[in-house]
Amino acid sequence: MDSLETARVRGDFPLLERTVGGHRLAYLDSGATAQKPTCVIDAEQDFLTRSNAAVHRGAHTLAVEATEVFEASREAVARFVGADTDEIVWTKNATEALNLVAYGFANASAGLGGADAARFRVGPGETIVVTEMEHHANLVPWQQLAARTGARLRWLPLTDDGRLDLSDLDAIVDESTAVLAFTHVSNVLGTINDAARLVDRARQVGALTVLDACQSAAHLPLDLHALDVDFAAFSGHKMLGPTGIGALYGRKELLDALPPVLTGGSMITTVTLEETQFLPAPQRFEAGTQPVAQIVGLAAAVDYLAETGMETVAAHEAAIGEALLAGVRAVPGMRVLGPLDASLRIGTVSFDVEGVHAHDVGQFLDARGVAARVGHHCAQPLHRRYGITASTRVSSAIYTDEQDVEQFLAALAEVRAFFGVAA
Amino acid sequence: MTDLTQLYQQVILDHARERSGAGTLLAPVPRPAGFGSSHQVNPTCGDEITVEAGPGADLAREHRWEGAGCSISMASASVASELLTEHGPQRFREEVIPAFRALMDSRGRGEPDEDLLEDAAAFHGVSRFPGRIKCALLAWVAFEDALAQTDTEKE
Repeated sequence: MDSLETARVRGDFPLLERTVGGHRLAYLDSGATAQKPTCVIDAEQDFLTRSNAAVHRGAHTLAVEATEVFEASREAVARFVGADTDEIVWTKNATEALNLVAYGFANASAGLGGADAARFRVGPGETIVVTEMEHHANLVPWQQLAARTGARLRWLPLTDDGRLDLSDLDAIVDESTAVLAFTHVSNVLGTINDAARLVDRARQVGALTVLDACQSAAHLPLDLHALDVDFAAFSGHKMLGPTGIGALYGRKELLDALPPVLTGGSMITTVTLEETQFLPAPQRFEAGTQPVAQIVGLAAAVDYLAETGMETVAAHEAAIGEALLAGVRAVPGMRVLGPLDASLRIGTVSFDVEGVHAHDVGQFLDARGVAARVGHHCAQPLHRRYGITASTRVSSAIYTDEQDVEQFLAALAEVRAFFGVAA
Repeated sequence: MTDLTQLYQQVILDHARERSGAGTLLAPVPRPAGFGSSHQVNPTCGDEITVEAGPGADLAREHRWEGAGCSISMASASVASELLTEHGPQRFREEVIPAFRALMDSRGRGEPDEDLLEDAAAFHGVSRFPGRIKCALLAWVAFEDALAQTDTEKE
């Protein structure tokens, strides 16, 4: 996108017009949550204004309309990530999606789901493999599964420059491995992982793969069928959509066999006082009333992204990322986490400021209108690996422009002097 | 930048660099009765501090702390340490801690008792930043907890 095109895109995001403390807002925290285009805000409002009704129940006109737009939204989101429509399960967020898989394994291990669910059973003697760069959402549920079943947790380590160290891949992912759960793109380092190689290895040993696609679905072209993963999770609010809505992808045959976690209304075929038959996926995982307005908003978000094209979005953010990376490295006293080769990452850069705690860095940047993320970014093991407890992260999106980058770098250049540590 | 200099007053930046009472922990094994030790973590940012005091209230004036965190949390530990040394554990617990808590709860409207709080009065500006009040209180929670443990009678 050229600067004219970026200016047009920014016009679609009303929040970007506001100021912070009298400064122009430079929003560089899209990795945490993205701002919303007007079409998403309007889609939610239009649904609530004109079509609101409970879905998959009721015979009146509004219920039919709401169900139609609910399922059309599923189709739009499925198309966007390269999945079939009935392979997309609505969840509250990506965290819930990942827990749904992990708890599904736990339920299967407890004997639920019958013979169909046998492939999800884990126990002592089996291993679950994650990576050292995982967001807590793709680590803690697997720790819990291991604790509940007696399976052992292993992890793929990191290299000093923020890539997965795959030198021992064949020893870590072996015949004992039941699940390999890994992130497509690190939320801290921005590193794009070699998903194909990990999936290949998992297939060789018969392990199921679970992909955290939160950072890729929002920033890169994503084709889950081509990646050939078994499950994937992503969240709506990171990809210009509303909060409160995410999705689980699963290969249809697996979703139909995985025991449900939330049980109750709308996920059943026959209920007696003794027992219950469940619907096939995706409905078997969607107990209770669904957040329909948010789902409609998410569909508007993926339509918006698809209109620009994810290749274009990725190229734009790569250029922003390159400028952020080069700019941070040019400021004295900065230690960049992750690969120094911009082509290995998305437009996200985390760094440590020598002598200044990340929280103080963030406060200083905020005073200049720059919204950055500080802390451990829900990745404590990753930070421990690099000998720090917290870092500062700047992350981009379709609407990030050169002025955002310049405003941030100008402020960053003054941080160490303000805190009295400049050489 | 006015807001920022209210938050980061020079006295706070000085304490963050030259930290009173900070040093290697004693961590005696076995831990004697009445030895206070409190480890506190701010889960949102990973800041942490450990405060040790005692054994017994008589010795609690002599204390150590060790921590890693932002300038607000480290400076706060430093001023708490100075005030504990100066006033002794009883007055520190009964008057200084409540006064500091009240200041943090004041949302910038409180008038700090500078005679009592001394350098801690500089945290007045912090109370206007809701996101940073936890940073300022982290050490105080640890001091309060560690000192409470020194009440335990020696066996």
